[in-house]
Amino acid sequence: MIRKINRVTGVLIFLILVLIVNVSYVQVFKAKELRQAPGNQRVLLNEYSRARGAILIGSESVAKSKSTSDSLKYLRTYPNKSTYAPITGFYSLVYGATGLEQAQNDILAGNDSRFFVNRLQQLFANRKPTGGTIRLTINSEAQDVAMRALGGRTGAVVAIDPKTGALLALASSPSFNPNLLSSHNATSIQNNYESLNNDPRQPMLNRPLAMTLPPGSTFKLITAAAALESGKFTAASKIPGPKRLKFKNSTKYLNNWTGKECGPNGKTTLKNALAISCNTSFAWLGMNLGQDKISEQARKFGFENSFQVPMTSATSRFPQNLDGAQTAMSAIGQFDVRATALQMAMVSAGIENSGVVMKPYLVDKVLGPDLSILQNATPSAFGRAVSETSAKALQDMMVAVVNNGTGSNARIAGVRVGGKTGTAETSPGSPAHAWFVGWANAGGKHVAVAVVLENGGGATEVSGNGLAAPIAASVMRAVLSK
Amino acid sequence: MSQILRQYTVSTRRSTELVLLVGAWLVGVFAWILVDAASNSGSLGGWSALLSAGLLLLCAHSVVRWQAPYADPVLLPCVALLNMLGLAMIHRLDVANAARAAANNSPQPTPDVYLQLTWMLLGLILFSLIIAFLRNHRRLAQFTFTSGLFGIVLLFLPLVPGIGNVVNGGRLWISILGFTFQPGELAKIALAIFFAGYLVGRRHTLAHVRGSILGIGVPRFRDVGPLILVWFIALLVLVLEHDLGTSLLLFGLFTVLLYVATSRRSWVIIGALLLTVGGSAAHFAFGHVRIRFSIWLDPFSQANGDGFQIVQSLYGLANGGLFGTGWGQGYPQLVPFAKTDFITSALGEELGLAGLIAILLIYAIVVERGARAAVGTRDPFGNLLAIALTTVIGLQAFIVIGGVTRLIPLTGLTTPFMSYGGSSLVANYILVALLIRISNSARAPENFALDLPKSEVSA
Repeated sequence: MIRKINRVTGVLIFLILVLIVNVSYVQVFKAKELRQAPGNQRVLLNEYSRARGAILIGSESVAKSKSTSDSLKYLRTYPNKSTYAPITGFYSLVYGATGLEQAQNDILAGNDSRFFVNRLQQLFANRKPTGGTIRLTINSEAQDVAMRALGGRTGAVVAIDPKTGALLALASSPSFNPNLLSSHNATSIQNNYESLNNDPRQPMLNRPLAMTLPPGSTFKLITAAAALESGKFTAASKIPGPKRLKFKNSTKYLNNWTGKECGPNGKTTLKNALAISCNTSFAWLGMNLGQDKISEQARKFGFENSFQVPMTSATSRFPQNLDGAQTAMSAIGQFDVRATALQMAMVSAGIENSGVVMKPYLVDKVLGPDLSILQNATPSAFGRAVSETSAKALQDMMVAVVNNGTGSNARIAGVRVGGKTGTAETSPGSPAHAWFVGWANAGGKHVAVAVVLENGGGATEVSGNGLAAPIAASVMRAVLSK
Repeated sequence: MSQILRQYTVSTRRSTELVLLVGAWLVGVFAWILVDAASNSGSLGGWSALLSAGLLLLCAHSVVRWQAPYADPVLLPCVALLNMLGLAMIHRLDVANAARAAANNSPQPTPDVYLQLTWMLLGLILFSLIIAFLRNHRRLAQFTFTSGLFGIVLLFLPLVPGIGNVVNGGRLWISILGFTFQPGELAKIALAIFFAGYLVGRRHTLAHVRGSILGIGVPRFRDVGPLILVWFIALLVLVLEHDLGTSLLLFGLFTVLLYVATSRRSWVIIGALLLTVGGSAAHFAFGHVRIRFSIWLDPFSQANGDGFQIVQSLYGLANGGLFGTGWGQGYPQLVPFAKTDFITSALGEELGLAGLIAILLIYAIVVERGARAAVGTRDPFGNLLAIALTTVIGLQAFIVIGGVTRLIPLTGLTTPFMSYGGSSLVANYILVALLIRISNSARAPENFALDLPKSEVSA
């Protein structure tokens, strides 16, 4: 009997060992799959149980987590409401995350591999890991000015430091209050989301990055750059600027928007053509240079590329396989040319930065939960768009636009400002888009901007100088502290 | 002679038991403190509860020291540790329920931990009474048939109209004077006594073989009778009370005892056959058994239906991972019945694989110590009773823990010493008291008459 008792004991101990093997399988080998199972609430609860890192501008939090007493232990709040919504995006229980909240989630949630040592320490201290903090390149004053200047009109403003590519302002209008979507009340989140989503003006759309529009006359900068780079033209070259221009292989004509010739005998310099935004001159240049030259120049400024700022921008496009009329129209930024405000700001920034286009970025520093610096942004060049000589010539031409041409409203007393206006035709019957791209530098500070008001932002009289240039000037003044 | 006696007197190991017991209590105290710290409640409540638990254990220890000095020193601390961990987890789930009620602006629920503590008090009183008044376990052999009858009555008590209660589809509760009790928990002890007493007298006849099939001895037909009877009773429990767990436990227990008593492997094979036949018949005949099987095979396709409990349990275990979330840091409250059947997944989530393995090893130690008492005692009845009680604990732990970790189909049973529930805790303390009593006779010097006071021996 004793031997049988021992055998039974052996079986019972064996059963317990089988239990141990099974729980090891469930808790270690199968754990990852179970954690990622759809419907596993714990993932969400875990994410909400950690203090998510803040998004900082300077030392001010524009997104931060506040501890609460409900089951989701932290509430995400955005103290500046709609001002930084295009940058931070939202962090929602129901709809996930957008903007930086999504693009930088690994850092903010503390999942990034750079936090490994940190998490190990917290594991042994039996504390919940906290996320990392990110500090932005945004200039709060410029952002504030841009959002206020847009004033709810449909449009976008981008400001870049041309030397580094650091984004100084990224404004989208109309904007939304991300607090409406980050609450812990699923019903109110759903209601708020529905009403934002059904708004025809699309307040949750990140216009500077996502909206591609015909750039209109601001695209003449690229055509001018292609002309200078071709070696066939200088700023002083005399080019045709008739009252109306016959398209190649076509019976149709392009009329000048002024209805006049751009110079005596229908001829003018390249510099003056840009200053007065002469359509016939640039259409002629387009046909003269050919679509490949212009397309290649556009590509060098960043067209046909999307950028991770770290949110992904839409790709700006120059059309392919054009006939003569289409080439002429594309050279003045019409037909099927589409560009984001970010792209047009990069064109201006490239010209200001002696021809080198820098990659745009938003995150200046990644900080650990203890605010130690884990990573500094390293500015990097996207590439050289034009030679230094061409860049110099384009700068002078852009200054002429502001000083003696169509961009007079962008002037800042005592500051060298270059710019280019644009009034992009849209479909017949709807108002044009008002554009202004430009740059300024003073006292060692540099800034490049692009401003667009879609359909003139609702104005009856649409012009880039009238509507967009003043916004550009105020944003540039904010950056230069002038 | 006096030399030997002195040697035994020195090695009663009662102080070891005391030290281990204090350690077990401290583990519970620290767990409780961590729960309170994690819930940010600020104040550390529950000192009275912890102190009374400590005092109760101390009293139980004193009774053992006084009345069963040679008892196994590890058994009581092991079950006390399981009990303390269970209390801490019940407290932790009370905290979660209170927080949820506060968030929903609903009235605060009554904490369950104090009621569990009351049951612990009752359990330890009965434990002490048994140690103090049952001086020799052999006396239980006189009550073999009384126990059997008592056990069967208890088993079917929930079927009596008026006092029977149906909870979560299982008819295994009775309710008297506002108290609910699960008589099946006590029945398993009564039946263990009955099986041991019945088999000890008949083990030689039962060992007779009539012939052999494939080299396995086949018992005489009339000897198979009792096994068939128990099988039938187990099936009745399953059919009438929907209690898969108890049915499995009772049948497994009787088969194991038949095997130990007769040393015939054929009983195990016949038992396994009967289990297969009964199991498959139940599978085809009863929807509730079929559901248990289908959620065992594929819980995820019905994660929001019948498979909800087991899926939530697995999510909890996965969330715990290797080291667990820590006391009060996980979400064990998301698993239904976390305080009762699923307390293992609650502990697995917060203490991790490391903690769960530790808990399983404690069950292994209890089994090993129980078996040591079974082997050590010098009477066949004691041998059988001790291994019966040990099998009850080991098998029950396997059935319920295997169920919530999806090793085997889920059956409703309480986790010994940890689950919330009075009947289970009280019954298990009675069970351990019997084991400790048997271990005392196993470890006492052979010529040390159990009924004689110490002074007479040393004279």
